[in-house]
Amino acid sequence: MITKRIIPCLDVRDGKVVKGVNFTGLREIDSPVELAKYYSANGADELVFYDITASSDGRKIFTDILCETAKNVFIPMTVGGGINSVADFERVLNCGADKVSVNSGAIRHPELVEEAAKLYGDQCVVLSADIRRVNGQFHIFAKGGREDTGMEAIEWIKRCVGNGAGEVVVNSIDTDGVKNGFDLEMLDAVCNAVKVPVIASGGAGGIEDFITLFKTLPKVDAGLAASIFHFGEVKIKDLKERMKQEGIQTRLDGVFND
Amino acid sequence: MIAIVDYGVGNLFSLNSSFAAIGQDVLVTSDPEELKKADKIVLPGVGAFEDAAKKLKESGLMDALKTEVSNGKPLLGICLGMQLLFEKSFEYGEHEGLGFVPGQVRPISDVCPKDLKIPHMGWNALEFKEHPLFRYLHKGDCVYFVHSYYGTNCEDSVIATAEYGAPLTAAVAKGNVMGCQFHPEKSGDVGLSILRAFCEME
Repeated sequence: MITKRIIPCLDVRDGKVVKGVNFTGLREIDSPVELAKYYSANGADELVFYDITASSDGRKIFTDILCETAKNVFIPMTVGGGINSVADFERVLNCGADKVSVNSGAIRHPELVEEAAKLYGDQCVVLSADIRRVNGQFHIFAKGGREDTGMEAIEWIKRCVGNGAGEVVVNSIDTDGVKNGFDLEMLDAVCNAVKVPVIASGGAGGIEDFITLFKTLPKVDAGLAASIFHFGEVKIKDLKERMKQEGIQTRLDGVFND
Repeated sequence: MIAIVDYGVGNLFSLNSSFAAIGQDVLVTSDPEELKKADKIVLPGVGAFEDAAKKLKESGLMDALKTEVSNGKPLLGICLGMQLLFEKSFEYGEHEGLGFVPGQVRPISDVCPKDLKIPHMGWNALEFKEHPLFRYLHKGDCVYFVHSYYGTNCEDSVIATAEYGAPLTAAVAKGNVMGCQFHPEKSGDVGLSILRAFCEME
């Protein structure tokens, strides 16, 4: 059976990996290429690279880093951040990305998902949704979680999947950085609304949060986190051994190398 | 020298890099003449079967592949490249393939339980038979899949399957022609070991 994926996320700015807590207060960590190699050798099933650079110089650095990573790392890579057009898809796919994640770009240009899905296939288009509760409703936020679009999240996700998004990253702003577990209620709502793979993001504080996630919501396909992996609070090897103990399908090759 | 067939279907950056990572020189080419000079050929591919088959035919690469394979040259098809090895595909209609391996390509939804997601995407364990391609593999090794169609009626050629509510064809071999449905260039060390085994084949 398909295994549950464990995905470290690398936010890259000016050539460095950073991690925001609640999307602000960025802290520098390490070289993206080295970190990607490390994760690949230690059990990560996939990597997500987010380009959080605003400048075009930064974009060039990011693209170079991507190419350098793809020359050295042979697991699937999803790339997001600053994806506003089919040309942006082309730019990162040419550097070895397998999937491209769209967020604000899809909000600004709702036709982007459909155009890209037609060109590259549904499996290539990942919808990244930043969601926060507003007056008891799930709202889609834009611009790195800073701007409430007012759109109801489940309807937005269904619409994008209908247009060809082949996977959805559900990033709960409410639980992001809090390290008190994934947003199970929000994830359950998304899983019940769409048939494509769903990736849980935001809130993982330790190994047990992943166990709870996959046990409570078997429909969730993957768990994504950043800082707990970057700072070594959770070793993917330990996490996967624990998943195996719990009878959760997991890929163990690469885990017992060291 | 190993030739990677470039016929305008999908990006070859990772495949090219994966051969570089195992120290193997490759030539990415769309020239039928270069296929003649190569020791081995890799046929990649992502996207739609019909479009890929058409491009292979129009470029003259289909005829070149048929000649080289009949001369005994090893060929490895990857993902859509594996599906093209079959006689026929039923992806949006009915389309002719290379016919190197008896069998057809049909939707996964024909055999998988309805509650499973399509495409079959992610890491899945290989159930494999003894074959030179798998000489470095261990029981339970996982590889990375992304596909919505699969090879069927090809029992005699199947050398590996992956369980997804039903055993899906994961790799085939018939003489000097081999194919894998998964992406060895995205399957970590396990995938690289399969590419290495292909390079080392006599």
